[in-house]
Amino acid sequence: MMSNATIQTTCPYCGVGCGVTAVIDNECFTVSGDTQHPSNFGKLCSKGSALAETVDLKSRLLQPEIYNQPANWSEALGLVADTFARTIKEHGADAVAFYVSGQLLTEDYYVANKLMKGFMGSSNIDTNSRLCMSSAVAGYKRAFGADIVPNCYEDYEQANLILLIGSNTAWCHPISYQRIRAAKEANPDLKIVVIDPRKTASCDIADLHLPIKLGSDTHLFNGLLQYLKQHQGLDNDYINHYTEGFDEALQAVASTDINTVAAACELDTTDIEQFYQWFTETDKTLSLFSQGVNQSSSGTDKVNSIINCHLATGRIGKVGAGAFSLTGQPNAMGGREVGGLATQLAAHMDYSQPESIERVARFWGSDNIATETGYSAVDLFNAIDEGKIKAVWIMATNPVVSMPDADKVKRALKKCEFVVVSDCVAQTDTLALAHVKLPALGWSEKDGTVTNSERRISRQRAIFKPAGDAKADWWIITQVARRMGYEEAFHYHSSAEIFREHAALSGFENNQQYGLRAFDISAYANISDADYEALLPTQWPVNKANPNGTQRLLTDNQFFTASGKAQFIAINPRLPANLPNDEYPLVLNTGRIRDQWHTMTRTALAVKLNQHKSEPFVEISVADAQRYQLKDKQLAQISSAWGSMVARVVITDAIQAGNIFIPMHWTEQYASRGRVGALVNPAVDPISMQPESKHTPVKIIAYEAKWYGFVLSARELKFQYPDYLVKIKGEQFYRYELAGNSLPDNISEWIKNSLLSHKTAASEWQEYNDFSQELYRAAHITDNRLDAVVFISPKQSLPERHWLTSLFIKSQLDKSERLALLTGEAPLGVEDVGQIVCSCFNVGEKTILNAIKTHGLTTHQAVGNCLKAGTNCGSCVPEIKALLELNQST
Amino acid sequence: MKPRLVVIGNGMAGMRTIEELLSAAPDKYDITVFGAEPYGNYNRIMLSSVLCGEKNIEDIIINNRQWYLDNNITLYAGEDKAVVNIDRGKNIVYAKDGTEAKYDRLLIATGSNPVVPDIAGNDLAGVISFRQIIDVNKMLELSRSHRKAVVLGGGLLGLEAANGLAVRGMDVTVVHSNEILLNRQMDRQAATLLRNELEQRGIKFKMPARTKALLANEDKHVKGVEFEDGSILECDLFILAIGVRPNMKLAQQAGLYCERGIIVNDTLQSYDPSVYAVGECIQHRGDTFGLVAPLFEQAKVCANHLTGHGVAEYITLPTATKLKVTGINLFSVGHYLGDDECEFIQFSDLSLGIYKKLVIKDNCIVGAVLYGETTEGGWYQQLLDSKQDISARRDKLIFGEAYATQDITA
Repeated sequence: MMSNATIQTTCPYCGVGCGVTAVIDNECFTVSGDTQHPSNFGKLCSKGSALAETVDLKSRLLQPEIYNQPANWSEALGLVADTFARTIKEHGADAVAFYVSGQLLTEDYYVANKLMKGFMGSSNIDTNSRLCMSSAVAGYKRAFGADIVPNCYEDYEQANLILLIGSNTAWCHPISYQRIRAAKEANPDLKIVVIDPRKTASCDIADLHLPIKLGSDTHLFNGLLQYLKQHQGLDNDYINHYTEGFDEALQAVASTDINTVAAACELDTTDIEQFYQWFTETDKTLSLFSQGVNQSSSGTDKVNSIINCHLATGRIGKVGAGAFSLTGQPNAMGGREVGGLATQLAAHMDYSQPESIERVARFWGSDNIATETGYSAVDLFNAIDEGKIKAVWIMATNPVVSMPDADKVKRALKKCEFVVVSDCVAQTDTLALAHVKLPALGWSEKDGTVTNSERRISRQRAIFKPAGDAKADWWIITQVARRMGYEEAFHYHSSAEIFREHAALSGFENNQQYGLRAFDISAYANISDADYEALLPTQWPVNKANPNGTQRLLTDNQFFTASGKAQFIAINPRLPANLPNDEYPLVLNTGRIRDQWHTMTRTALAVKLNQHKSEPFVEISVADAQRYQLKDKQLAQISSAWGSMVARVVITDAIQAGNIFIPMHWTEQYASRGRVGALVNPAVDPISMQPESKHTPVKIIAYEAKWYGFVLSARELKFQYPDYLVKIKGEQFYRYELAGNSLPDNISEWIKNSLLSHKTAASEWQEYNDFSQELYRAAHITDNRLDAVVFISPKQSLPERHWLTSLFIKSQLDKSERLALLTGEAPLGVEDVGQIVCSCFNVGEKTILNAIKTHGLTTHQAVGNCLKAGTNCGSCVPEIKALLELNQST
Repeated sequence: MKPRLVVIGNGMAGMRTIEELLSAAPDKYDITVFGAEPYGNYNRIMLSSVLCGEKNIEDIIINNRQWYLDNNITLYAGEDKAVVNIDRGKNIVYAKDGTEAKYDRLLIATGSNPVVPDIAGNDLAGVISFRQIIDVNKMLELSRSHRKAVVLGGGLLGLEAANGLAVRGMDVTVVHSNEILLNRQMDRQAATLLRNELEQRGIKFKMPARTKALLANEDKHVKGVEFEDGSILECDLFILAIGVRPNMKLAQQAGLYCERGIIVNDTLQSYDPSVYAVGECIQHRGDTFGLVAPLFEQAKVCANHLTGHGVAEYITLPTATKLKVTGINLFSVGHYLGDDECEFIQFSDLSLGIYKKLVIKDNCIVGAVLYGETTEGGWYQQLLDSKQDISARRDKLIFGEAYATQDITA
């Protein structure tokens, strides 16, 4: 650990890109929001607030491994370089691939892209950003001629109408959501419309929620375009001067009206009318969109259908107006800027123009540059499965979990000849299939830049020295490149050096003569190491004309198309690729939850983030639950034509009949059958190649096991019998949720001598046995401290876990607690706080309900004053409000 | 002139019947009581407490002589007032010293006699039953001058005697024929916990073991016990606690129908309509009695009939057991061992010395054994007596009423 220090860095989770102030004070490490950072002004969400809890080294990969044996860097790098070189030599450049990540820093991304495209000679570098925003990229490029997000966060405060389209902003971009909430409180004229099939937490601030039919967005916006025309909502001047293709676009929507939209989207006409009316009359309209739009086989069309409406009203590049893509990852934008996708080349250049390829080759000094696009994510893993790609290097991502048809990805990697995985943690479902494991730096050690949703480049700075033998991704890539014979092109000694080259490329022949490119940070081409170190968060472009960055783009109505005009795209709505049928009658929607990030490799280390939603779950409507005979909290098996999983049923009116929702996060590291990716269809958008992760036909049935149970243990355990197993890290304990079909005859024997075989002479046991009911419970106590409790039952109904989990931090059990252990309930008279609602202050549902009742609280602010709940990150305010409502209705 | 009620036996069953009678019909009878012990009426159950020094004789007296005077009861108490003959033809009872009393109603409450094993030496000095105040006094006297005691019988009485003598400083060994201590109330697990606890208090055990003979010293005082396995244990005090038998000699002599006890019907009436019997001397529907709870119930029913109300019927309910040894909590009721048709719910925290077992049949509690933590015993007994269906609260049952009923109402 470094000596006492205060370091400004950025959060490694979502695309909001919040500034983080990290403080090391006498071995004590804390984080808080950076009050100076213009993206968050000091606020952090539950995940960001818990960053300090994730820097533990226990779960880290700290040494290279070759075939699961420890190796030194020289051996590992040599093997990777030799194998990639040999594979290229024997099978051609397209037999190798990189699959990288929006978690990489821009500098890492840049050298990976340069190595693959410029020197290995293939474009087979794709990224997990393909799964989250490639439709936005494709849509922006079609409309504006370049991947330009014209807006900035300040537009939240400037807008009078904000649309949240396919975005549970409250959970996925919490600080943006807080900012919108504050804007609404400050501006009574600001209306919020949520367009989402689910009634998400974001609906909390909505003036109108349109629970649109999954996948029908283009109908809604086509209808809006038609409405604008019919209700004098068009900005004809803007359309005439700055756009092309309006007539064709209009023609495509000619047959739509509110009734056809209502039928296609399954919405009330009055709601549609209200939305259209607000949109028509509100100049400062800001459309925020996210995965609900992008993750679709017509994702690009959805994006353009939204942009069409903004072009038709001239609401692009204006204060408080525009079509604003919220990116999912901390550096998805950085990846777009370096061109780290198989369909791009570099620095906002692609393969469509031979002069671009020549220019980049010249800049890089490459005589082997790839000349056409490579495999994008889904095809890339298909190519591995088919044996076309024989060596793959996966960096900072977990495709065995996150890809659609994830079991196929797993199979493909299993049979791939050479799989290299760089990661900062030691165990992931993807690392399990690696031949070579390379330890990368994690957040708090990495040093470089990231770009957030509003094009703001911020520094992510190292707080600690590298752990063990872990190295920066750029260093690892560079070392492999050098060993492959590309010393000259990869002689970097620092991330600053790479950043300068990246900046130089962005400005290289970027002018009227060669063609203007939007991405231009040439002002940094000669940035000194010291200035790079001190770089303040700045929005690109940053060049001679805009040395201090650029808040909004397209303000001059000049576009990056050949004609310089924005393009309307005629949209003909298409149905999702795979539709529900008799065998798979329901539609699976996927997404994030509030307190976990991606595949949980880091967030699950933070105890308080595991309390909000602890287990893989499936949300289902009351009607469907009845139809498929499912009870709340029971386990269900969900299957598609591609795979199956088991999750706990949550019956809710937040989801429409016919749809189910399952979060994307769980992996085999935490849940034996919780990977939803295995079910997701691998259909992709034909333009963006982004998978349709939000629409897969599935079926659901009750998962009937012979026994169910849970174990809470002070230490990690290895299980033999459960078919269903979920591990949840808690405060000084691990919680295991179990179900299975076989158990040994003598359960007591198994528990005492096998499962808890670490028992000692001081071990004391408490046991409960209802033999004929096959109920078994046990507690293992050492020195009057709780070591483990086990509950096993043939029924799914088991006692609550909350009180039991609270006992692991106690150094001594008092007798009443000890005797209550196997009831699972606090000794009568002791409060059980219930499910944790506020992660920041650890306030439980029962505590909040009690306070509401006892003190007659009616607002979430009052609850906050009373219990502090909801007063830090605010993410749980919707849930507190739901509890207030619940109390009122009972 | 009032009808005359004569009571033979001044013990707990007889006097409880009189108390019940007095409270219901204070002036109904002229009452005469014969007792073979020279005291008022005392709580025999508390003799263990006297033995271990927690109580004095005065503490355990229920009704002193003044009470008899206050209630106009004629009391004949003492060894020579023991009744020796009942003349049912003349309706007269005769005491050893010739005292006689005429009755219109006769209540026999002669209790029981300790079982004396049929082995050589059973009449030696230092061989004592544990039944009466006089026994306790002898034991206390001997405990002051002698060191080694053997208690024959690992039942409730034997263990209470053993504990008392151990508290008085004697080196005590309990000899029990079964391998399970308190096997009429406890299962193996509970018995093991009990034995561990008593061993920690210094009591030794020899079990299973059968005595062959008692050995005498030159003063005809017991000096040891020989077992059938040939081993010998030295002792200078030998306590008999292997059970009691109904004391029905007088009734038999009077020609009343007896089997193992004096046969009574559901109104506690013997074959002679003017003769009632209660307590340990009776046999009711095949059962004989050794615990106090059914005796009190009998007293209530019998008094009801003596007053002439004549509506109550006596039913034997399973009786809970407690061991009167300070610091040891155990509870046993009903069909505590169960059988193949029963289901069992078990809880144990052996390190805390806690073990509970409920025996369930047809969704009702039919038996329970509690060791270490017995506060819920009464509730289980209620559920058992009322044959309540427990299936709805089965999961919480063993954790007690508060948990189990909270769940029901929630």
